[in-house]
This record gives sequence, C-alpha cells and structure tokens, in this order.
Amino acid sequence: MAPKITPKKTPISEQDPVVRGKNFDEVCLGYTLDEARLEATRCLQCKTAPCIAGCPVAIDIPGFIKALAEGDLPKSWEILSDATSLPAVCGRVCPQETQCEGVCTVGKIKGKEPVAIGKLERFVADWKASQPEEAITPPVQDKGKVAVVGSGPAGLTVAGDLAKMGYKVTVFEALHEPGGVLMYGIPEFRLPKEIVRREIGNIRKLGVDVEVNAVVGRTVTIEELRSQFDALFIGTGAGTPHFMNLPGTNLNGVFSASEYLTRINLMHAYEFPVYDTPTKTSKKVVVVGGGNVAMDAARSALRLRADKVTVVYRRSIEELPARIEEYHHAVEEGIVFNFLTNPVEYIGDEKGNLKAVRCIRMELGEPDASGRRRPVPIKGSEFVIEADTVVEAIGQGSNKVLLNAFPELKLNKWGYIDADEKTGATNLPDVFAGGDIVTGAATVILAMGVGRDAARSIDSYIQSKKG
Amino acid sequence: MFKILSKRLIAPKEYDIWVDAPRVARNGKAGQFVVLRTSEKGERIPLTVAEYDREGGRIRIIFQVVGKTTMEMAQLKVGDSLHDLLGPLGNPSEIENLGTVLMVGGGVGIAALYPIVKELKEVGNRVITILGGRTADLVILKDECAAFSDELLVTTDDGSEGIKGVVTDAMQLLADRGEKISQAWIIGPTIMMKFASLKAKELGIPCWVSLNPIMIDGTGMCGCCRVTVNDEIRFACVDGPEFDGWGVNWNEFMNRMGQYKNEEKISLEKYQSEVGE
Ligand SMILES: Cc1cc2nc3c(=O)[nH]c(=O)nc-3n(C[C@H](O)[C@H](O)[C@H](O)COP(=O)(O)OP(=O)(O)OC[C@H]3O[C@@H](n4cnc5c(N)ncnc54)[C@H](O)[C@@H]3O)c2cc1C
Ligand SMILES: Cc1cc2nc3c(=O)[nH]c(=O)nc-3n(C[C@H](O)[C@H](O)[C@H](O)COP(=O)(O)OP(=O)(O)OC[C@H]3O[C@@H](n4cnc5c(N)ncnc54)[C@H](O)[C@@H]3O)c2cc1C
Ligand code: SF4
Ligand code: SF4
Ligand code: FES
Repeated sequence: MAPKITPKKTPISEQDPVVRGKNFDEVCLGYTLDEARLEATRCLQCKTAPCIAGCPVAIDIPGFIKALAEGDLPKSWEILSDATSLPAVCGRVCPQETQCEGVCTVGKIKGKEPVAIGKLERFVADWKASQPEEAITPPVQDKGKVAVVGSGPAGLTVAGDLAKMGYKVTVFEALHEPGGVLMYGIPEFRLPKEIVRREIGNIRKLGVDVEVNAVVGRTVTIEELRSQFDALFIGTGAGTPHFMNLPGTNLNGVFSASEYLTRINLMHAYEFPVYDTPTKTSKKVVVVGGGNVAMDAARSALRLRADKVTVVYRRSIEELPARIEEYHHAVEEGIVFNFLTNPVEYIGDEKGNLKAVRCIRMELGEPDASGRRRPVPIKGSEFVIEADTVVEAIGQGSNKVLLNAFPELKLNKWGYIDADEKTGATNLPDVFAGGDIVTGAATVILAMGVGRDAARSIDSYIQSKKG
Repeated sequence: MFKILSKRLIAPKEYDIWVDAPRVARNGKAGQFVVLRTSEKGERIPLTVAEYDREGGRIRIIFQVVGKTTMEMAQLKVGDSLHDLLGPLGNPSEIENLGTVLMVGGGVGIAALYPIVKELKEVGNRVITILGGRTADLVILKDECAAFSDELLVTTDDGSEGIKGVVTDAMQLLADRGEKISQAWIIGPTIMMKFASLKAKELGIPCWVSLNPIMIDGTGMCGCCRVTVNDEIRFACVDGPEFDGWGVNWNEFMNRMGQYKNEEKISLEKYQSEVGE
C-alpha cells in the first residue's frame, strides 16, 4: 500500500457559492494539467481494478489514468473513447460515488477519499475538445440503413456506433434541438450545452443525419420507418411528468420539474426577454423530491433570484437519491432541506395563485418492496410553508406518443418497452429499444451503455438477415 | 423548409397562410395542430391546421395577432420561412356518421372548426353550423363552412349580419324548432366555449370543445398544458386538444391562461419598440 497517497482528492476550483448562485455558468471549473496529473498519481493501478467493474461501460480506468499521469494525453483519450462516446458528459454527471469511485481501492482505506475518476475523465475529454479539430471522414456507409428515434444519450450512442460500423443512420428527434435530457433537463451550470452540441457535432461528422422537429408516430409513421430502414432503435426516454395529484395542483405557480427545467434550459427562460419564453420570477420556492431533478430545479430557482428555496423530501438524508456532489453544492448555495416532510395540499389565494404549501412530517416505518424504510405521515404534524412557486420533481413515466402509435410493440407492466436489457431486442425482430424508455428514469451512462450493446445486436441482426 | 407560400389578411388582425410542410400535409388529420417557432430565440406556439393539401405538400394556418409571436408571424412575407414547425400533434377529431351534428364556431376558432365541418359532411352527416362574432367582419370562413353545411346560421353581437345575439341564442333556436342533435363541436374564445358548453348540457347535447392552453413542447413532456376534465388532470397536447365540454373546469382553465400576462406584455412591448410600431 503506498502510504504517501494524500487522503483527500486534489482540490478542484469551483465558482464561489455566493457568486454562482446568481449565474448559470458552470459551477465546477475543472482541473489544470498539473492538478490532473497530481490526482492521477493517487491511483494505485490495482491489478484487480474494481473500478472497471463499477463502471457500467467498463472504461479501462487505470489505463487512462496511467497515460494521464505520464502526460500522454492522446493515449489517455484513446483509451477513454474506446469505451465511451460521451466522456465529457459522463465525467460531469455520473453518480460516481455509487459507481467507479464507490468501489475504488483508495476509497476503501480508512480516512481516504477515492481517486477523482470522474473529474479526470472530464479533464481528458475537455483537453481533447481544446485541441485543433481533426477532419473526420465519414466511414463508407453501405452495410444498411437504421432509424433511431430520440436523440438522448441512448439514441446518440447507437447512432455513433452504427455509423462507425458502416451503417447509414438517421436520428429523428421531436424537439427543435437534439440531446434529450442533456439539452432540456440538466441545467447549464452542471452541463454546459456547448459540450452537448459538440458531442452531437461529432456524431454528425460521422455521417449521421439528425432530423429535428420530427415526432415518430405523427410526423413520420412507424410503418414508413419500418419499410424504409433495415432496423429501428427506440430511445424516447421517460419524458412524461407525474403529479402527486394534490388539491391545488393546477393553481398558477405549480410546475412539474419537466416544465420548469424545459422553460429554463431548452427555451432559455433565464435569458427572458432576449429569448421569448418566460418563467416566473419567484420569491419563495418549494421543490418536492430528492433526486437530481429536484436539485436541478432548486438550484435553478435560486439562480432566478428567489429569496428562499426549500426542498421537501419524504425520506431522510440517507435515502436521498441525488448525486452527493449536487446535494453539497445545493447546501453551499443556501438551499434549505426539509427531510421527512411531504406536501399534502397547495393553497391558493382568491386569484388562483399559489400562496402556500401545507406539509406533513413523516417517519420511517417498515421496509417496503424496494428494501427502503417506508415513510409514514405523523398524525397532527401538519405545518405550512409560504410559497409562490412549487416544483414537483417526483418522477416521470414513459412518453406515450410513439407507444400509442405502435400497438404491436410489447410493453411491460410499468408501461415501458419490454426489451432485453443486454441486447435491446424487443418482441419485433427489426425493432430495438433502450435507455429510460426501457428501464424507467435512470442515468446517462446506463442509457449509453445499452446503446453500445444495442448497436452490436442491430449489426448482427442486419448481417444475419442479409447473409 | 417551412416556407410561407401565400398570405392573406382575412379579417382585422387575422391572417390566412399556406406553409410548405410535406410530412405534416401527408400524415395530418382534422383536429390536429402544429407547434412552431419564428426564430432561434422564439417561443414555441401551437396553431391548428385548418386544411391539408396532401399532393401539394402544404398546410393552411389561420392565426390571429394577439402577442409577440403572432405579430412577428404577421410581419413575415411570402417566401420567408418559419424557423421550426412540428406536427401534426394532438388526437384527430372522431369523424363518423352520427346523424345530425351541430358545429359552433367563434372568432379565430372557426379556423379550427372548418376542417371538422368538412370531414363530418364528407362522411354523410347532416351538418348545422353556427358561426358567431362581435360584428360581421370578424366572422371568417363563412362561404367555406357553408359549402359543407346543410344549414349555416350567423350571429353577431351588433346585428350587422344574421341573428343579433350570441351563439347560444342560435342553439336555443334550433332546440325550439325541435332539432335532434347527436353531437356538437364548439370551438372559439374560451368564454364562448364555456357558455356554449353549458347550453349544450342544458339541451342534453354531448359536445366536444378544443382547448388551447399555453403549451411548450406539445408532445406530453412538460405538463404545462394540463387541464381538469371530469375531475381528472389531462394534458391537452396528447390527451386532447378535444375534450368533453360538459366536464371542463372552465374557471381553472381561464385562470391558467392568464398565468404569464405580465411577461407577455414585456415581450410584446420590447418587440414593438424594436420594430418601431
Ligand atoms: C433534470 C434531470 C437531471 C438528471 N441528472 C442526471 C445526472 O446528474 N446524472 C445522470 O446520470 N443522469 C441524470 N438524469 C437522467 C438522465 O438524463 C437520463 O437517464 C437519460 O438522459 C436517459 O437517456 P435516454 O436516451 O433514454 O432518453 P432522453 O434523454 O430522455 O431522450 C429521449 C429523446 O427522445 C425524444 N422523443 C421522445 N418521443 C419521441 C418521438 N415519438 N419521436 C421522436 N423523438 C422522441 C425526446 O424529445 C428526447 O429528446 C437526469 C434527468 C433529468 C430529467
Ligand atoms: C391546440 C391549440 C391550437 C391553437 N390554434 C390556433 C389557431 O388556429 N389560430 C390562432 O390564432 N390561435 C390558435 N391558438 C392560440 C395560439 O397558440 C396563441 O394565440 C399564441 O400562442 C399566442 O402567442 P403570442 O406570442 O402571439 O402571444 P402571447 O404574448 O403569448 O399571448 C398574448 C395573449 O394571448 C393569450 N394566449 C397565450 N397563449 C394562448 C393560447 N395558447 N391560446 C389562446 N390565447 C393565448 C394570452 O392570454 C395573452 O393574453 C391555438 C392554441 C392551442 C393550444
Ligand atoms: S463513465 Fe461514469 S462510471 Fe464510468 S468511469 Fe466515467 S464517471 Fe465512472
Ligand atoms: S480502484 Fe482506484 S486505485 Fe485502483 S485502479 Fe481503480 S482508480 Fe486506481
Ligand atoms: S405542452 Fe408540454 S405536455 Fe403538453
């Protein structure tokens, strides 16, 4: 065991919490080359490399870190891009603490933090982006034609991989900008949109056509696609917000996180009136939920100059599903957390505008099906939080536009597509699916991982059909 | 793409345009709408498709100037293009032979009513149409609706044409003469849809209304367009836009429509100061 390893990760510069609470610029500023190389030396180059098993796309983590420590950035990049097509994105948004870094040997030593794998991955990806652009000649694409529905991380990965293998790929996206949740959900201060656009630009350079303003099932029909393409990949995400259905849900000032964040990210409401789409400038905001979506909504509200932002979450801090880094950032920025609390009613004024949220305190009871202790309301513990805006971030369901137009496709009991999680195969031989539309709301890296696997099975399906 | 092929002023502040949109023209049906943007920084606004030209790959849109985006659209000339256009969205109207149907339209809502009138006639219904407006000039598409109606009644608040009164007066008139109506469609200003739905309920006529809440994506992704119908939350862009008029919570609907009044005003004033109107 190398005793000289510093106990803490090499510090990384971030915007000051007070300053960043008023802008939408990225919070984390990234490592310098020296800092990155220093952090890289904390890696023990373990023979067993538990970190690789912890990464859903099995990046050769010791490999890329070693090259980085040696200052060989081109090699480091090559190792990374062998396994992932979105390193600049995943290095920023992966829940590392439960994946690669969660199992890192260094982190297992008492008193030591794991290697900052995500931050290093991001560093190498950003370095690559700062290099002069290489001219990419699209590979010859004569192996077949594939249609991809949805341009989130799942669809983009399938498209990029198949293009490299020699397929002509067309991506159909309903919105006016490709990227899925990376574009409309995750805010600028966590994932600058320039990065997403750059990744999509790279995929286009491989010869992939991306058609925006095209809802499959409406603008183009399933029959049209199945007759014109050799195979179809569906990556339409989990894009329909759930509401708790409390009294007062339709008062003015009550939003789903999807609406709140779409206004801000996709439509640039934080730049209103330079951009036409507005959002409400609120004084007191309550956000319901404890996941990444809730953190994003709360921190966006703060940046829109709310005086007070409160997150209410029905379980305790131990169960909080958000990335731990986002939670810490939120606390630093001054967001107030009310754990073991649930809203029960939205109270409006005589004009139909929200004025307060009635909440109830919860306690943890017996474990439920998910193994987590179930929160139960404490009788008589109701109290009221004043609020002019409430944002519900309690989860999403499958988007039905495509599914309703495609009754032959088999769904599971939760209304998601019934597809093999390894291959993406559905009940129809030429149709594959993956990402949130199969698993329910999950993560970028899982969507990407299944995209990789699906690209391979689409390849073998088309080749076996032609062979 | 999405080039404006023709443009006509058909009533004060109301324009009739044809737009090049082959895929929408090919797959669209009566009752559906598109979401469009005029510019890179623009808002996404929903507008009904008033007519499809499948061979010509064109769609017809009739819009009224009410704020920034529609004012910007009014400035566009033939040959200019819309920045984005997405559709067809929403569920098509349920077109079948029902016997006698009553079609009630008001204001720019007549543009949304017209394609339904046409298709209902084409499948063999007896069609009675009531079109209402404040004054004769504002009652659009009279001839086109008349061509597909067995009977057409016009009502004006000021009596400048047809019956002096509102559409509900004409509905009562039909009831008084003993018309047996199987289904009504009511499309127009919210306040008209509300009172005409109440009237239809009073007369025992089931009715569809086409709701036009504020929307963003139009694909069921944001929940901005939610309305309450028969005590249930529904998303107008994917569950509608047509709903059972008897069951709509009208007060809530009108309240939500006003949510961005202040911001809409800021946007409009900024635009007017820029174009110097
Ligand atoms: C606010 C927020 C924050 C998040 N934070 C994190 C995080 O920090 N880390 C992390 O790992 N994960 C995070 N996630 C989850 C992650 O973003 C998703 O798991 C991931 O994006 C799923 O990818 P996908 O490709 O399956 O679908 P999506 O990204 O949802 O993309 C689907 C695309 O398909 C399009 N589409 C839908 N229907 C049609 C149709 N009929 N025709 C054409 N196009 C269609 C949609 O418009 C959309 O663009 C977050 C999610 C949200 C909402
Ligand atoms: C499904 C659907 C179909 C529609 N079809 C048509 C159509 O065929 N022709 C047409 O002229 N209009 C139609 N509308 C209304 C149209 O979308 C709005 O007029 C438009 O969004 C206004 O944009 P703006 O920027 O010009 O005005 P804004 O500045 O956004 O609004 C100005 C005023 O218009 C009102 N308004 C805002 N949004 C809407 C809305 N969605 N519906 C009605 N009033 C609104 C506001 O209360 C405000 O007072 C439809 C709306 C929906 C939801
Ligand atoms: S992709 Fe995610 S899990 Fe894999 S190494 Fe990178 S940050 Fe860790
Ligand atoms: S587990 Fe940690 S220390 Fe070991 S190789 Fe992976 S990153 Fe390096
Ligand atoms: S407009 Fe977003 S869900 Fe209907």
